[in-house]
Amino acid sequence: MNILDPQGPIGAAEKTILIDSVAIMLAIVVPTIVAIFAFAYWFRASNSRALHLPDWEYSGRIELVVWSIPTLTIILLGGVAWIGAHQLDPAKPIEGSSKPLRIQAVSLDWKWLFIYPDQKVATINTLTVPAGVPLQFQLTSASVMNAFFIPQLGSLIYTMYGMTTQLNLQADTPGTLQGLSGHFSGDGFSDMHFDVHVVPTEQFSKWAQDASHVEKSLDERSYEQIAKPSMKNTPAIYRLADPDLFRSIATQKIAPAPGAPSGVIGAALPGVADAR
Amino acid sequence: MLGKLTWAAIPFDQPIPMIASGVVALSILAVLAWVVIRGHLPYLWREWITSVDHKRIGVMYTLLAMVMLLRGFADAIMMRAQQSVALHSQGFLPPEHYDQIFSAHGTIMIFFVAMPFMIGLMNFVVPLQLGVRDVAFPTLNSVGFWLTATGALLINISLVVGEFARTGWLPYPPLSELTYSPGVGVDYYLWSLQIAGVGTLVSGINLVTTVLKVRTKGMSYLRMPMFCWTTLATNLLIVAAFPILTATLAMLLLDRYLGFHFFTNEAGGNMMMFMNLIWTWGHPEVYILVLPAFGIFSEVFATFSGKPLFGYRSMVAATMAICILSFMVWLHHFFTMGAGADVNAIFGIATTIIAVPTGVKVFNWLFTMYGGKVRFETPLLWSIGFMVTFIIGGMTGVLLAVPPADFVLHNSLFLVAHFHNVIIGGVLFGAFAGYTFWFPKAFGFKLHEGLGQAAFWCWLVGFYVAFMPLYVLGLLGMTRRMQHYDVPEWRPWLIVAAFGAALILCGIVLQIAQLVVSIRRREKLRDETGDPWDGRSLEWATASPPPAFNFAVLPEVSGEDAYWKLKHPATGQARSHEKPEYRAIEIPRNSPTGFVCAFFATMMGFALIWHIWWMVAAGAIGAFATFIVFAWRDHDEDVIPAAEVARIDGSNRAQRHAILSKEAAE
Repeated sequence: MNILDPQGPIGAAEKTILIDSVAIMLAIVVPTIVAIFAFAYWFRASNSRALHLPDWEYSGRIELVVWSIPTLTIILLGGVAWIGAHQLDPAKPIEGSSKPLRIQAVSLDWKWLFIYPDQKVATINTLTVPAGVPLQFQLTSASVMNAFFIPQLGSLIYTMYGMTTQLNLQADTPGTLQGLSGHFSGDGFSDMHFDVHVVPTEQFSKWAQDASHVEKSLDERSYEQIAKPSMKNTPAIYRLADPDLFRSIATQKIAPAPGAPSGVIGAALPGVADAR
Repeated sequence: MLGKLTWAAIPFDQPIPMIASGVVALSILAVLAWVVIRGHLPYLWREWITSVDHKRIGVMYTLLAMVMLLRGFADAIMMRAQQSVALHSQGFLPPEHYDQIFSAHGTIMIFFVAMPFMIGLMNFVVPLQLGVRDVAFPTLNSVGFWLTATGALLINISLVVGEFARTGWLPYPPLSELTYSPGVGVDYYLWSLQIAGVGTLVSGINLVTTVLKVRTKGMSYLRMPMFCWTTLATNLLIVAAFPILTATLAMLLLDRYLGFHFFTNEAGGNMMMFMNLIWTWGHPEVYILVLPAFGIFSEVFATFSGKPLFGYRSMVAATMAICILSFMVWLHHFFTMGAGADVNAIFGIATTIIAVPTGVKVFNWLFTMYGGKVRFETPLLWSIGFMVTFIIGGMTGVLLAVPPADFVLHNSLFLVAHFHNVIIGGVLFGAFAGYTFWFPKAFGFKLHEGLGQAAFWCWLVGFYVAFMPLYVLGLLGMTRRMQHYDVPEWRPWLIVAAFGAALILCGIVLQIAQLVVSIRRREKLRDETGDPWDGRSLEWATASPPPAFNFAVLPEVSGEDAYWKLKHPATGQARSHEKPEYRAIEIPRNSPTGFVCAFFATMMGFALIWHIWWMVAAGAIGAFATFIVFAWRDHDEDVIPAAEVARIDGSNRAQRHAILSKEAAE
């Protein structure tokens, strides 16, 4: 899950900005730390060879320098921040030759629901995506606030009830990555993680084809069951019976998911474990 | 009769809270028993509990902070222990308990350790530095302290009666709404902060007024010691920011108690409003904590280098710049909420701009040492430890202010490492520097130097061992507040971090030992001069501990570093040889108003949490009646006759004179 080992263009660009910014700052931070030790050591009370200026308290030149060095650093970093914030805006589509894959994500207590509206597939706590294809996420929450995060692909984004956030990511090479929830959401929060299977495009088409024919179907009624609080949910795949489900959740047509009754809910969601 | 309160509220089946609260209750009982049996109760009541003397109140604030530090640190140790074992397992803390612990840790450390520590030091030092006899509103000051103590008490009650919030230290809705948090935990959080918040606000008003209106003759703004300036900035921030907190929490209370919909999912509520509001308070809060620490470091660097502070006017400008800029950056706490690129970029840049005045301060402390004679005593060690640590924390902070970097580091352990880096390295190190520096002024004897230095090294090394691994874990994708995890690569770093926490524990044990040893050897550590560090500002011009009236004759100030100029007059003789003309001094009368008010506030807060409405009414009426009784007083000051002033000051003077002439003879 190392974010310094990114597996997609967004993550790679963010890693570059991270490293560049640290490098810019180290250029001023390291000399300052060295100077602290040097000054403290050289001007120790027992050192009779050190310069002694008991009343020295002002120097216009030094003041000019101490205001300018941080200012210049910040001007440089401010440029990085401005350009980076625009280029890597999570809502900005990724330019590429292939048609983007649309995925809708809903955070529930305490699991992730992913909907592939064009493939007519929905999953719980598992993502399968094609390599090299831009991924266009729309995200919302069915209950409390949450955050969607696949560290090696980049950019975390919040999910909130009644609102839709946008996120664009891309995975370069096939493999398995890990995703998790990045915002504390209650007792079952620690188990809100999921595997991201990055597969070649053809394999993805086949997976989607198979998945759209599984027995379990997802519509408003089965969604109501899923939306109830539960912990440690194993991954599951559904056929999407209601293509407008995400919109109904995000536009509050469906009421918010209920909260957990007091006490722990340790049991897995009924009917989910066997749907693998 | 008792609202929601039943025996089921007490967690008899959970050993950890029961043992913890048992230990706390036993130690409180033991202390109480000792006080009563030894007959100290009247003394405590007369000299401390009802005291309106800013020095006594300052000491009590600091004591509260140190006691609560132990509680907050106990939470920290449990979290580190849990995370170091919870790979593929539940560890020893179930989620509903772990969630309370990290929420309580954050709340306690910010509101009941960092805040009272800083407010305590400001209360104690500022009137002395300004050369005056008291703060502007002495009784209000006492009320402020006792209300803060009420908040702390309510949080500790939640340990054993009911539960604490499971929402994190900032209760983001809708998780904190009744639907998703039906228990009393969030109510404990809200009411203790509302009550303590009133205390903080009145204390802020008091200190702003004191700095603006109560200064000795000649103490113009640009002659005030740096600590007074940072006190002014901090308390202006308190006065401006705490009402936002109170209003935000009040809205959440209305949602929870009266079915309003400010932040709910339904009926047009909007949780984004809460996040914006809480952080318009929350970001200035960070500077409320760190600015006084900057002031302490300024005093310490100048004193222990034997030189005036370098670039005093620059420092004043930088302080006030930080004060204003801190209100313009709150959005950087949620770059990942999906705001547009322009909004994120502007707030990112605004945030990095704060690094400029802060950087200036660092360089000015550096040049304060240049050409000085630096003495490596404990306060200076804390200050140098601070400088190095804080620069690293500042760097990671600026990194997090760059939106694309924040997109991958937000809510990760990298963030946790960053804010502990600045709060421990900045605020807490500052508090410890100030505690060691002003302790002899408060009690008349110094703290044990060797144990102090040992504690410093444990803290410093412990800090790095505990928090540098968290930076790595953040880069490894670990998010905060995880009760357990399934990623094996994280575990070695979490074990190292737990080891670091154990080192910090050694530091705390050494600090307790230092206090005990210093009290036992106080005769040897006695400071008879009133000026043990060769100080520069006016608090060192009076006896240690200072008399109730601080100064027998109010000092006259003719420049910066007022006391230094008195000690080393450029022309003529040292003034201390002249015998002043003493006059009778009026000092404010002690009053139990604060304590009684807080008693009723505690009653009311507890009753509100448990919906015991008759008790709410009783508490409210009691608190209001206390205020009426106080307002009706017709005797509010005591007079110390001139002869008594002369006697107290004369003995102090004689002592100092003897020492000075002895030094001159050598």
